[in-house]
Amino acid sequence: MKIREQVARLGIVVAVIVAAVLLLRFVILPESLFSARPHQVETVGREMAKPVHHAGVAACRKCHEEEFQEKYGGKHRNIGCENCHGPSAAHVADPKAEMPRKPREREDCLVCHGYDPSRPNGFPQVDPQQHRPGKRCVNCHEAHDPVPPKAPTDCTGCHGRIEHTKKLSKHALVPCADCHVVADQHMIEPRSALPTKPDSREVCGRCHAAGSTDPLAAKATVNLAKHGGTYVCWDCHYAHLPEGRK
Amino acid sequence: MNKREFLRQVVAFLPAAGLLRMLPGTAEARELVGAPPGDYDPTKHWYGMGIDTAKCIGCNRCVEACKAENNVPDEPFYFRTWIERYDIRADGETTVECISTRETRPEQAEPEDPSVVRTFFVPKLCNQCAHPPCVQVCPVGATFQTQDGVVLVDEKRCIGCRYCIQACPYGARYLNPVTRTADKCTFCYHRITRGLLPACVEVCPTQARIFGDLKGQADRLVRFQRVNNISVLKPDLNTEPKVLYAQLDGEVR
Repeated sequence: MKIREQVARLGIVVAVIVAAVLLLRFVILPESLFSARPHQVETVGREMAKPVHHAGVAACRKCHEEEFQEKYGGKHRNIGCENCHGPSAAHVADPKAEMPRKPREREDCLVCHGYDPSRPNGFPQVDPQQHRPGKRCVNCHEAHDPVPPKAPTDCTGCHGRIEHTKKLSKHALVPCADCHVVADQHMIEPRSALPTKPDSREVCGRCHAAGSTDPLAAKATVNLAKHGGTYVCWDCHYAHLPEGRK
Repeated sequence: MNKREFLRQVVAFLPAAGLLRMLPGTAEARELVGAPPGDYDPTKHWYGMGIDTAKCIGCNRCVEACKAENNVPDEPFYFRTWIERYDIRADGETTVECISTRETRPEQAEPEDPSVVRTFFVPKLCNQCAHPPCVQVCPVGATFQTQDGVVLVDEKRCIGCRYCIQACPYGARYLNPVTRTADKCTFCYHRITRGLLPACVEVCPTQARIFGDLKGQADRLVRFQRVNNISVLKPDLNTEPKVLYAQLDGEVR
């Protein structure tokens, strides 16, 4: 059977249109018009190729093993070098050209060790206005292995949080040693000899039992036999702030 | 030129245009080769971060490190990570203050407020949600989740419409004033794919931040998950954050 010419021409036109559309869709127009995938691959590649600015402790250790070991034995064991010395990838790439920061100013230490009530209990903090104002910390403390240069003479060096609370309370004039027995060893190696804590109502009763002759506690005496039932005093009264928060 | 010639030239031109298109493609491929580890397999990882709020001392070193590592503008209102101070008062009132906006810490102790019952710091950053609302709302598909669970922004595709900034329940995104595109924490994607820690984790002095791989067999983050009481921020939104908080106070939003 012979195909009529007009049908054949029509077929050619349709074939050309179909071919053009397919060409347009799969060859000419970029895939990124139809799918997010190429953009995402490109973005991931771009992110991965970004330059590193903090080299990491492992890189520092390769040359500064001595400092690393010194730090590793001390209380700053877990602190990365670049916490204090700043981003140092440029120094790792070319040790001569870029020198990391040497933090020798007082502020460099107070960033972490200045007193702030929101810091966790037990974190060593000092009141910058009372603790050797104007002096550099590194004069007395070796930053890689920080220990007090001599045994602290009072408790506030480490227990600033409690000291600040107590200072505002009615117990402001009560010395720590009235309630806690602190061994000398505690000043040298704190966790090896923990101070005692009051263990009975009678410890508070020394001042606060009825008939106490302590003039400062005269208005706050209770009958130990009746007051508070079987609870110990510090179940309700925080000894460092006995009047409670307002 | 008559009609016949014109059609012939068009037919000859079309495949050539297809060839032309391949040229920038090879340039992109070259850029990808520059990316560090060729054997990095994103399907083997599912990254997350653990934050122990009881350890944070609010020193802001993480914020400084993040800004240095990721070229975040220096102005104190552009952050990929930041620290909030929560003050909870006896009457139940809670005040939240972003302490990272301060220029420097003064040479004096923070004043004690006797009405405050509890006070603590909470580091915040992009939660890298498993179901990120910011990805859903992007009208041009510029933000997406990678196979290792990190939400990234394509800064070439982003049109800066700020819709994702509104959609993020954690306020973790900002509009970068230099590129005029949305920007956010990437878990330091360029570092973690090289086997390094994110900059904030690298410098954290108290190990309040733990970075890890939730697909890892023996991983710090998996251990962190096991030994701590874990909460996430706004769990009711079902975003399934991968930033896990330990010892988190109930007041933190």
